[in-house]
Amino acid sequence: MAPKVVLVTGVSRFLGGNLAARFAANPDIERVLGVDTEPPPRDLLRRMGRAEFVRADIRNPLIAKVIATAGVDTVVHASVTANPAGPTGRTVMKEMNVIGTMQLLAACQKSPHVRKLVVKSTSAVYGSSPRDPAVFAEGMSPKDLPSSGYAKDAVEVEGYVRGFSRRRPDVDVTTLRFTNFIGPRIDTVLTRYFALPVVPTVLGYDARVQLLHSEDALAILERATMHDLPGVFNAGGEGVLLLSQAIRRAGRLTLPVPSGAVPSVGRFFRSARLVDFSPDQMRFLNWGRVVDTSLLKREFGFTPRWTTRQAFDDYVSGRDLRPLIGTERVEAIERGLLDAAAKLR
Amino acid sequence: MIPLHGADRNQASPTARPRRPRPVPHHQTPAEDPPLTVAPEPQEQQERPSDWEQRLGGLLDFVRRRMAGDYEVDEFGFDADLTDNIIMPPLKPLYEKWFRVETIGIHNIPAEGGALLVANHSGTLPLDATMTAYAVANEHPSKRHLRMLGADLVFKTPLLGALARKSGQTLACNPDAERLLSSGEVVGVWPEGFKGIGKPFKDRYKLQRFGRGGFVSAALNTGVPIIPVSIVGAEEIYPMIGDIKALARLFGFPYFPITPTFPLLGPLGAIPLPSKWYIEFGEPIHTNNFGENAADDPMLVFNLTDQVRETIQQTLYRLLTQRRNVFLG
Repeated sequence: MAPKVVLVTGVSRFLGGNLAARFAANPDIERVLGVDTEPPPRDLLRRMGRAEFVRADIRNPLIAKVIATAGVDTVVHASVTANPAGPTGRTVMKEMNVIGTMQLLAACQKSPHVRKLVVKSTSAVYGSSPRDPAVFAEGMSPKDLPSSGYAKDAVEVEGYVRGFSRRRPDVDVTTLRFTNFIGPRIDTVLTRYFALPVVPTVLGYDARVQLLHSEDALAILERATMHDLPGVFNAGGEGVLLLSQAIRRAGRLTLPVPSGAVPSVGRFFRSARLVDFSPDQMRFLNWGRVVDTSLLKREFGFTPRWTTRQAFDDYVSGRDLRPLIGTERVEAIERGLLDAAAKLR
Repeated sequence: MIPLHGADRNQASPTARPRRPRPVPHHQTPAEDPPLTVAPEPQEQQERPSDWEQRLGGLLDFVRRRMAGDYEVDEFGFDADLTDNIIMPPLKPLYEKWFRVETIGIHNIPAEGGALLVANHSGTLPLDATMTAYAVANEHPSKRHLRMLGADLVFKTPLLGALARKSGQTLACNPDAERLLSSGEVVGVWPEGFKGIGKPFKDRYKLQRFGRGGFVSAALNTGVPIIPVSIVGAEEIYPMIGDIKALARLFGFPYFPITPTFPLLGPLGAIPLPSKWYIEFGEPIHTNNFGENAADDPMLVFNLTDQVRETIQQTLYRLLTQRRNVFLG
């Protein structure tokens, strides 16, 4: 059954805001509420159209009032994020992620109207280590539980969501474990990382990176909201890029950093406000992570339109990243060498 | 190397050309003359340079592909382009000249579809795995890539771990093995693990315990044949006559070997002794006729594990009795 009143959290960010815009454009949905602590940027707010923005903190019990009075029947929890607001934003981020989810779930449990909950989670819950299988399926649990940062937040969030679905079995809960997002419009740690002119990597490691185009991510969240598809699903694009390969495709230069120097290099990039990598994301750069998306295709009924490689290429061309040595130049050198060889004959 | 090759041939052709016309007027009639002298020359001019030029073109193409990141990597991190062009070629002299590897029964590996190769492990360093992979990639008629299962220590190690993934290896665990087998890959496993590769020289060719039989349940779950592989010769490349446990613990290695040349000769100790190798790929043991949930029957798994182990052990003994000399074969 199609939802009537939808509440979306985290609308001041790319995913939440664009999702609210999509719902606002859908005439079947009567009312769209967007919640966040700060108002969305103006262009995003314009795109959101008839969606109502409610400035509320989901860490505050006030959220229960919003849900109850508006008669919300579907909640899309898209505010769990890996991107802290600033250099000191990590504690705030953790509070928003964990305490915010607890409050939101408590409010949902109290409201008799709520029938559906869609949670944007992350494949970071599988951790990242050399002792794990190469490809994670939904049923697997990590060898080393993530001990800090965003991944730990996500594990805790999923724990609370499981508790909620146990207490409210009448509510359909869809948990989506997304891989890293990429795309020309979205702004994440990873999109900033690949835009650096010289990209630092960990010496001696080459992570397998699976990406999902941000448009596919929106389509998946929309489908989960519009249809009854309870369960836990991995969501990622087809195929894999190696980190070194991705950096080459973006035309950047790699700067391998010995693993001992990685923390200080990370601190430098954080204080220079270039890229803010948390330790668990550093670990991701070492080992990488690939998830099995057969359940998404088979049971969820969605095949991402972009493969990992296509999504990355779309990001590269959309951001207008120019390689340091152009392909024409390389081809010219190649032709020159072959001509010289022909002359030698 | 390539320009040298080309220069060699260019030098060879001017010396060959003036010599050829000389005998012609003496021994042959003018009617036969043109086809003999004219025909080979254009062939030489077209084929000889184009051979090395093609190789140069291929090399440049490879370099450009690598620079642009324009190659496929599968979900395990296997980079076929790199493996075929960079990792495999340097192994050729080691395989052909140093160990003079002889394969027996390589046709037992199916031309397509999944298969599980189970082999004995020996030699202090896993050169036996490398040589088996080279044999499957170069001697098998359909040039298949052997996807090997390795210990987590491999993937934990910087550089080595990344290289292992790029050359098609993955962690020895059932999810990975079954995923590879069900997608129709040839998977290689060395179930003795460190117990086999790090055993003292006096225990050579005595198979150690075969893990917990995880490889059998992977094969049963996917219904692929198990091919027992017996490798003779690898035990003698670095005869391990001692093991310094304290140093091994210090470095986090499973063992710290002492061989006749290591650490006595320092880095020279890394040169393996040139033993003559035989790799025998045995008759496939089919696993698709045990019905469903066969992997849940521990007795069946144990029996199959023993059968594979016995087959390899017997084949090793047979190959050893046929071998007259460690180095000459």
